[in-house]
Amino acid sequence: MAKAIIKRVLLLIGTLLLVTLLAFFAFSVIPGDPTEAVLGMDATDAQIAAFRERMGLDLPLWQRYLKWLGEFVTGDFGDSFNFHMPVAQLLLPKVGATLTLAALAFVLIVVLSIPLGLLCARFAGSWPDKVLTVLDQLAMSVPGFVLGIGIMYLFALVLRWFRPEYVPLSAGLLPHLWYMLFPALAVAIPKSAMTVRLLRGSVLGELGQDYVRTAYSKGRSRSSVLWGHVLRNAMIPVVTFLAMTIAEILTGSIVVEQVFGVAGVGRILVTSIGNRDYPVVQAIVALVAIVVVCCNFLADILYRVMDPRIDGR
Amino acid sequence: MKRKNWYLAAGTALTVIMTAWTVLGFFWTPYDPSARSSADKYALPSLAHPFGCDYMGRDIFSRALEGAGTTLTIAAAVLVIGFVFGLLIGALCGYYGGAADALIMRLCDAVSAFPSILLALVAIALLGRGKYNIIAALGVLFVPSFARLVRGEFLKQRDRDYVKSAKLMGVSDLRIIFVHILPNTWPVLLSGLTIGFNNAVLAEASMSYLGVGVSPTEPSLGYMLSESQAYLLKAPWFTAFPALVIILLILGVGLVGEGVRGELGVEP
Amino acid sequence: MMLDIRDLSVVFHDGPQPFTAVDRFNLQMDAGEVVGIVGESGSGKSMTAHALMGIIQSPYAEVTGKALFDGTDLLSLSPRQLREYQGDELSIIFQEPMTSLDPTMRVGRQVEEALRVHGKLPPAERKARSLAAMRLAGLPDPENLWDAWPHELSGGMRQRVMIAAALVLRPKLLIADEPTTALDVTIQAQILETLKDINRTEGVAILFISHDLAVVRALCPRVLVMKEGRIVESGPTEDIFRTPREDYTRLLISSRPTRTKLKGGGVHG
Repeated sequence: MAKAIIKRVLLLIGTLLLVTLLAFFAFSVIPGDPTEAVLGMDATDAQIAAFRERMGLDLPLWQRYLKWLGEFVTGDFGDSFNFHMPVAQLLLPKVGATLTLAALAFVLIVVLSIPLGLLCARFAGSWPDKVLTVLDQLAMSVPGFVLGIGIMYLFALVLRWFRPEYVPLSAGLLPHLWYMLFPALAVAIPKSAMTVRLLRGSVLGELGQDYVRTAYSKGRSRSSVLWGHVLRNAMIPVVTFLAMTIAEILTGSIVVEQVFGVAGVGRILVTSIGNRDYPVVQAIVALVAIVVVCCNFLADILYRVMDPRIDGR
Repeated sequence: MKRKNWYLAAGTALTVIMTAWTVLGFFWTPYDPSARSSADKYALPSLAHPFGCDYMGRDIFSRALEGAGTTLTIAAAVLVIGFVFGLLIGALCGYYGGAADALIMRLCDAVSAFPSILLALVAIALLGRGKYNIIAALGVLFVPSFARLVRGEFLKQRDRDYVKSAKLMGVSDLRIIFVHILPNTWPVLLSGLTIGFNNAVLAEASMSYLGVGVSPTEPSLGYMLSESQAYLLKAPWFTAFPALVIILLILGVGLVGEGVRGELGVEP
Repeated sequence: MMLDIRDLSVVFHDGPQPFTAVDRFNLQMDAGEVVGIVGESGSGKSMTAHALMGIIQSPYAEVTGKALFDGTDLLSLSPRQLREYQGDELSIIFQEPMTSLDPTMRVGRQVEEALRVHGKLPPAERKARSLAAMRLAGLPDPENLWDAWPHELSGGMRQRVMIAAALVLRPKLLIADEPTTALDVTIQAQILETLKDINRTEGVAILFISHDLAVVRALCPRVLVMKEGRIVESGPTEDIFRTPREDYTRLLISSRPTRTKLKGGGVHG
């Protein structure tokens, strides 16, 4: 097990390097470097040269990558062209809102989909299962941001459960969380639908296994077999799926933020794309990719922990 | 089995209807999609305007029709690019294996670590907005996932007896790849295509909604949704119909994918 | 008489025609007795055992008749009442030791499981009892095996774990449903020896099910021959072996060596 983990960690480091390399190079092969975007068309050659030297744009590409990487890991993401402040300082207050939204969405997915998936599997073929299967397919077909607009309409404008105006954390934790619950629902519902389907299939597959018959023969009841044996086995693919979903939850959150006016990373990203503010975009992209790679690593480790059969490879 | 067939039937029917409806929009719209009419501002859905009118008095039906056309064009183009290159790379990697395969697959893994919408946004930041930039960006991004799917299938097939006997008979590698193996991978590829289509529709709609997709002069369902949000209470139909079109597009193709997977017992 | 099965039938209603898997099965067994059931696959022998244990999962199966166990009709019990017997006074081991154990549960916990489910013994004493059952099932060094995963064991060892788990509550009747079919020939013989010992020292009655008449002959003094859901022949094993009345039985006897080779060949104990 230890050996397998070491191997995975080495692989993780390799992937992280590759990912940061991609994030770096994508912004280094831009047709026309950012000089023009920052200084404008009518800058003098001297101004351009000074800017290029200050930004390190005159160095060879690989040196720039190492320099950039060194600064990146120490939390120095460069300066925003547009906001004229360090990117780290710019992002820090926004990261919290996005992470809260993503975390809330993740919790909702787990809380919604596990009981529903078990319910579907338990009553497979009967009417609650059929109704849920149809709803499931529908929920999977609604993009998160469209669902967000629907939630906004229903809960904010019709039912008036919340005011359609962003409540920051500074207004208090509970009001903030209450507001964030609605965008989180918009992110969570389509993903929950997929998780429910996966779990249902997984549980049904496990129920047909021989060890289930053995468990019954020892005098276990149906629910006891489900909780005591089937769930642990059926959760293996689901946990892997959930960890892999984090990437989509993050990007989903970035889009849904716009629907609800959440002052998170998404809004800065969209603004910076419009302004061609590359250091900001680059930092966000690299950070998201790192989170995704780490989540995939976690999924892999969890898979190994949950399924003893994969030990040692 | 009965239920799976129902998926396939309903999905195919819905997809055909939506595609026919969208293609109709290429040739004919009841009104000029950008014609304003102050008399029709916020007009409710009616016989004259089946989806109602927006805040500038433009006919939502015509605009949705054109927007769906944009979305469908982008999704189809993205699928073609992703499919052709993904198929080539995946088939060669899966069939021959070796160091090049290992390297390419690692690169695909690294690219897949970036969520596709995020990468498409980066491409837009670098290239600027517009239909063709989106097609290029999403198309390139879908190559790795298709390549991996195809490679996995080819790995499964290449040691089968029919491949071995074809080799012994002196059939050329390219012929084995495209004539012998490829037809056996259709179900999985079809299922992958439906997932890819839905991802493309989702990505285009999300990006246009964020205002970093197609240029504002091009019709787009996502952009309509972002415009409509300010009038959510006053004119909910302005939001509802473009949303419905997106949902039906995704639902139809999603049902087809589900049907294919159920029918053939394959997992994506 | 410990077990008295009268006119046990199992009918499946999932096709266009009802399918009778077991047709009026009768068997009387005394405590400590060993009885064999032989028949080709699909003859209803396993279905009989599963009906007796109450573990037929199909919602389309209809079980009729009586199965008096110490005077209580098992077939008329509610699921809750039946669970009192399952794994306690009655237990079963299966053909595939590979898949019959939960792959994500350590061996010791699975041996102990019936004790936990039935709430017998204080938790502190459960391990000692389970270790004893593992020794009885012929597992060497059970303390070391306690924390092993099923996939780490050989097929023969896994079947011994199944036996230990089935014996942990000292049942009166052990149903062995083709317990050696998936094992190779030497391991097969060892497992049969273990079952024999358990019968002798613990007095556990064994209902032994196999397609292999020779294996049954090695273990069971008395045998029932089943074909297409019916008992076609029954009596002392030696008599049936020497003077089979039915062609079908003769076929079972003569086909035996090839079958064992085929079934046992690929699987390593």
